[in-house]
Amino acid sequence: MWLAKEEHLESISIGAGILGTGGGGNPYIGQLRARQALREHGPVTVLDPEELDPDSQIVCVGGIGAPTVGIEKVRDWQAYHALRAIEEFTGKEATALISNEIGGSNSLEPLIPAAMAGLPVVDADGMGRAFPEFQMKTFFVHGVPYCPMAICDEKGNTVIIPNAISAKWAERLARAATIQMGCVACYAVAPMSARQVMETSVHHTLSLARDLGDAVKVARAGQQDPISAILKTHPGRVLFSGKVVDVERRTVGGFARGSVVIEGLDDHRGESMAIEFQNENLIARRDGQPVCTVPDLICLVETERGEPITTELLRYGFRVTVLGFPAPDLWTGPEGLAVVGPRAFGYDLDYTPLVV
Amino acid sequence: MLIGIDVGGTNTDAVLMDGTTLLAKAKTPTSGDVTSGIMAALEKVLSGIPVQLIAGVMLGTTHFTNALLERRGLAPTAVVRLSLPATRLLPPLVDWPNDLRNAMGGFTYMASGGYEFDGREISPLDFDELGEIVRDIRQKGVEAVAVSGVFSPVNPTQEREAGAFIQRELPHVQITLSHENGRVGLLERENAAALNACLAKVGERSISSIKQAMEAMGLTAPLYLSQNDGTLMDESFAARFPVFAIASGPTNSMRGGAHLSGLSDCIIVDVGGTTTDIGALVNGFPREASLAVNIAGVRTNFRMPDVVSIALGGGSIVRPETLPEPLAVGPESVGFRLGVQALVFGGSTLTATDVAVAGGLAQLGDPALVSGLDTELGRRTLQQIKQRIETVVDQVKLSPSPVPVVLVGGGSLLVGESLVGASQVLRPEHGDVANAIGAAIAQVGGQIEKVFSLEDVGRDEAMASIRAEAIDRAVAAGAMPGTVEVVELDEIPLTYLPGNATLIRAKAVGDLRISPRG
Repeated sequence: MWLAKEEHLESISIGAGILGTGGGGNPYIGQLRARQALREHGPVTVLDPEELDPDSQIVCVGGIGAPTVGIEKVRDWQAYHALRAIEEFTGKEATALISNEIGGSNSLEPLIPAAMAGLPVVDADGMGRAFPEFQMKTFFVHGVPYCPMAICDEKGNTVIIPNAISAKWAERLARAATIQMGCVACYAVAPMSARQVMETSVHHTLSLARDLGDAVKVARAGQQDPISAILKTHPGRVLFSGKVVDVERRTVGGFARGSVVIEGLDDHRGESMAIEFQNENLIARRDGQPVCTVPDLICLVETERGEPITTELLRYGFRVTVLGFPAPDLWTGPEGLAVVGPRAFGYDLDYTPLVV
Repeated sequence: MLIGIDVGGTNTDAVLMDGTTLLAKAKTPTSGDVTSGIMAALEKVLSGIPVQLIAGVMLGTTHFTNALLERRGLAPTAVVRLSLPATRLLPPLVDWPNDLRNAMGGFTYMASGGYEFDGREISPLDFDELGEIVRDIRQKGVEAVAVSGVFSPVNPTQEREAGAFIQRELPHVQITLSHENGRVGLLERENAAALNACLAKVGERSISSIKQAMEAMGLTAPLYLSQNDGTLMDESFAARFPVFAIASGPTNSMRGGAHLSGLSDCIIVDVGGTTTDIGALVNGFPREASLAVNIAGVRTNFRMPDVVSIALGGGSIVRPETLPEPLAVGPESVGFRLGVQALVFGGSTLTATDVAVAGGLAQLGDPALVSGLDTELGRRTLQQIKQRIETVVDQVKLSPSPVPVVLVGGGSLLVGESLVGASQVLRPEHGDVANAIGAAIAQVGGQIEKVFSLEDVGRDEAMASIRAEAIDRAVAAGAMPGTVEVVELDEIPLTYLPGNATLIRAKAVGDLRISPRG
């Protein structure tokens, strides 16, 4: 158990930026919003999954919408209203909240309703990284019901989806409502039990994000290598190191797709790496050969400062290091790969686990 | 004839130009009040020239940056955001430094209004509510008001209506509407509007004091101010939008370098006494930064040039290798004391300039004073300078193919004949006053950014309407109709949105509308 305070937010943002594998959007506003909530309502208790009372009712909350709208119509406390709406609909009172993803600003989203409602958050999430869609959560892949769910906007509108025939359908319906609401909604899913959280969430990811951010900040302050500081905190591998020489982008079905080509420097001189992304980085190929595939994490950080780089900021000339981290075990079985494996994203490629 | 002036941290440079020909140039120390240094530079370049021949004075100045940094002379300011019931968690000025906020009053209000991404209203304006706000503003003694609305770059109607209402009720206040700063990104656009509002008084005062001083010299030509995007604004526009004059220096250097070299697509390297600024020029204009720009501790989305600055210049102190410490050039610099402290001027500090003189790259001071310098040390120092500049040149390039590199600024003699990644290295004559030349030759521009649903509007229609608006804005800013061209047109598809929502940004520039006087 620990207390999430204002001074942790920057570290969590850096760490969630790394674990966000290029997705998750601009972390600045998420950080400001969480800071405002903590200033107004005080710090939030973070519970280990092991510390959960067996009778716990844990509600997963998250933002849904378009990051490009969120920088203009800045999100409020929609997640708090979604929490209250799902409590009312299910007749169950939440005892803790959990993050849907640890990548980007969604990693901080539960802190806002938690601070307002005086509830703890669980040190765990439903992805262990970032993914673009609602159904892509370890909870749902491993049998936790995705409905009922509540979606709330900033105006006071609430939509409840009591049932959907699949998590993918829940995503479609929620997305349609979100667009009508003006694209910066939040959702809350009916409570999970402590056992469900123990078995189907990726554990200790909020503290991992905090520790990764701390490691990067300490390395920067001491003029040390942030990359080795990251790898000391979380086991992974340097997949490549070089300079961005080409970025190609297009929007397909509402998602930012594209690829980035990195030309090797230092140990990788003479080689090149291409990374394909759809919001998140999905496939890394060195000299044409796949070396890391989704759901394993492919993270781009600025070589010098260890700053995570989201796909929308990629551009010619950046000195980057590509880090690979193994996916949480909950993703690497057949059920997980069916939802987030390379083929689920349209690549004619099998998942090959990264060896660290 | 035109006069270009650029106020830098150390020097105020001025040039007298006839068309594209440089007739005179002057360097004077920048003064504490800025204005008297400008006048001294003006007098120098004007010596012997009848003032009636001057058709315009183009000025790039640090007045407004200094006012913000020193928190001096700022107008008591209110910010009114049209957004309710949205965006309540983060009120206006939320992330400002406290002292700056206190220095400008920092009165904030939120009211009904705002638009969705697709143009629907979040809520209509409520004039009773605005009336309450106006009453409070009046009591607070506010002199400037910034009005911001959610998605006002998509639809500015509410901002205009609310602004007109406030102006009617409070005729003496200066009003800034956030959509006039352009970009999508509520907090950053609102910050820019608030900075502009609080500079309203400084803007009026400094422009009128410069005008008075010019008139005292008999100089009745119009005054123009350089903007940070490389275009000019006339004095009345500048008095309304002082914020656009912030950080115009690097832009002027880049534009001047482009003019002197005759290139419109290149990398400009401006080597000064303490720092080197490196940026890319695209279609004759500096490429703009895509990231948020921090001004006086406030996050904005200004139209700033994407310039990388490194601590390297003619005054950089050279520390020879003392194992295990490697050879170091900078970051410390002797700065404006170069003429006293450098070895070639009889001082005792080894600087980059000394190494350049010893290596025969420059003739300055007394070369005999550095004749004993270790040639191997000199070679490696110059090699390090070259490599550091090459690294940044590569970083600001748009593609891997070699591009021309133009060297300007007083310290450019530190750089040799070739650079890796450069197709050619140009060192134009008068490069030492490239910044003032950049101010003198600037054009007038207009810029606009909007979100379109291309499924509803159609791409051609959207493009045509945004081009027309950019051209209208350039003409409104003082460009001669007929000379205005659209120089930038960007399309940014927005993710997760229906209707093929796309952000389109256009920039148009044209020649300054000016009455020729000889």
